[in-house]
Amino acid sequence: MTLDRWIASVFLVVCLVYGYTAFFTMDAGLPPFMKRNPIWPSTFPKVLAGLGIVCALLVIVNTKPRSIKEDEIDYRRLGDYRIGQAAILVVLMIAYAFALRPIGFVASTVLFLMVSGIALGERKLHILIPVALMTALFIWFLVNNVLGIFLRPWPWPWFVT
Amino acid sequence: MLEGILMGLTTAFSIKNLLMVIGGCLIGTFIGMLPGLGPMSIIAIMIPVAITIGDPSAALILLAGVYYGAIFGGSTSSILINAPGVASTVATSFDGYPMARQGKAGKALTIAAISSFCGGTIGAILLMIFAPVLASVALSFHSAEYFALMVVGLSAIATFAGTGQVAKAIMMTVAGLMLATVGEAALFNAPRFTGGVMDLQSGFSFITLAMAMFALPEAIFLVLDPKRSNTGDGGSGEIKDLRITCDEARAIAPVIGRQSIQGFLIGVLPGAGATIASFLGYAVERNIATDDDKKMFGKGSIKGLSAPETANNAACTGSFVPLLTLGIPGSGTTAILLGALVALNVTPGPRLMIDEPQIFWSVIISMYLGNLVLLILNLPLIPYIAKILAVPRNYLIPFILFFTLMGAYIGQNNATELLILVGLGVVATILRLADFPLPPLLIGFILGSMLENNFARSMQLYDGPSFIWERPMTMGLLILAVALVFLPGLRARRARIGRE
Repeated sequence: MTLDRWIASVFLVVCLVYGYTAFFTMDAGLPPFMKRNPIWPSTFPKVLAGLGIVCALLVIVNTKPRSIKEDEIDYRRLGDYRIGQAAILVVLMIAYAFALRPIGFVASTVLFLMVSGIALGERKLHILIPVALMTALFIWFLVNNVLGIFLRPWPWPWFVT
Repeated sequence: MLEGILMGLTTAFSIKNLLMVIGGCLIGTFIGMLPGLGPMSIIAIMIPVAITIGDPSAALILLAGVYYGAIFGGSTSSILINAPGVASTVATSFDGYPMARQGKAGKALTIAAISSFCGGTIGAILLMIFAPVLASVALSFHSAEYFALMVVGLSAIATFAGTGQVAKAIMMTVAGLMLATVGEAALFNAPRFTGGVMDLQSGFSFITLAMAMFALPEAIFLVLDPKRSNTGDGGSGEIKDLRITCDEARAIAPVIGRQSIQGFLIGVLPGAGATIASFLGYAVERNIATDDDKKMFGKGSIKGLSAPETANNAACTGSFVPLLTLGIPGSGTTAILLGALVALNVTPGPRLMIDEPQIFWSVIISMYLGNLVLLILNLPLIPYIAKILAVPRNYLIPFILFFTLMGAYIGQNNATELLILVGLGVVATILRLADFPLPPLLIGFILGSMLENNFARSMQLYDGPSFIWERPMTMGLLILAVALVFLPGLRARRARIGRE
């Protein structure tokens, strides 16, 4: 089965769950006076669920194998690409999300920029580290001081929330 | 009216106000380049400064400059790193980013600047001439027509993917509409599809979704296949080349003309705004293009870049019509501007033109000035802005990822948003690998809540779906929407039969 069909099948399952919620569970807590309305919170989702199911079935039935163009990435040969580096960067982004609060904006940003640069093959640490540090400090200053959006720059003691 | 225009010219051309417009454009451009900070947030940030100035004309001129600057700044990040920070510049990335990847970043930015300038200037002329008349026409549009207009927009975009892909594109549109239903619906005051997750109570954020659909998959693709990155050749000259050939100018001139008028008219409608104008502008130009031109759309077409850029600037100008003449803000940004006006003791509405003509006309004149200043300031800066692409890959990719994460984080100040961003980004990458078009998903998401609200209001007003056949304009627009979906397929079938 092609990737298109897999995606359409997953979407079909999502639509079925979405539709089930819209048709059977969403209106359970609706106050009686709202039940006289011509439109309920579930009306639009019901229409969408129906449309989604039809579209997913159309894609499943109609998809024909297609040739991969020259500038496209062939998903059947992902091993030929730098999939390891991409996976590391995804993990680093998740780690950045978890690190932001406990270790602060500046440290987590410097670490993120540095480690991802190294993961991509950068070895000139004497350039990478100052660039990462300057970027983190500049963006922190811009966002926190100029735009007035609070960003915690440094790790705070555990008892300060 | 002539007296008013002269009064506006005198006010707008004072040294103080010229400095305001220059300062506003510069601030707007640079902050607007940061994904996540759209015109609305920047204007909100600038309101205390504007109120401190005290003089309503000067304050409004500053804010109008910021508005235009922010829109151009947003286009810059769309074109250079495929990270549209605001909904109205999403369509810009469809062709702007492919152009940048082909090494034509300078040209793409120049076309964007010129198109924005023309769209904004023609819009300002139309505003001057037609403002009072258009305001009354806009009021005759009811929620039923808005609903139908949005359906037209969505179907026009669904056909964007081209023949053979329409089912996939509609599927993506529906996915976007479904994502828009997550969270608390304003009309019903009831959370839907949140699964008990508190962070989903207010639904998905636009910025997070935009970054996940465009910037993140692009960055992952650049990592997967280093050949895709055109970095490191900053000295080759083409990236910085701003020149547009006569043929290119001739090709985009009619697009600019059409989209200035269409964008302005859509902008006048309260609630429609620059986003719908830019998507419709793109879709219309794609649909009327010749077969050869059509193939280029999505792959670096100058018409595909010029259309949304012209339309969104013209619509921004158009959105001032209901604000200045009726006191009704047509978009989130003009709602903030209305707040600023009220804080400055100016009451917008039909009497503004009569009671305080110097404010009314100086704002309109400052729009010409704002557009001119943007062009003069930005054209010389383009070679330097475009150099972003010459940054080595090992630095550029972490920076794109960092700005993507920051865009999502600044908007919500919530680390969970980053996890949602990464999750959606991985899904978007898989969808892109299977060649599912992502723009319809984002557009479905953007228009989803507006579509549902207008649908719900019409249903309530007419006590059922009878508004569809009782209002001729709604009916007409819905027929157009159906035709837009089915016509390309029929045309392709006829061509196939003809060939056989």
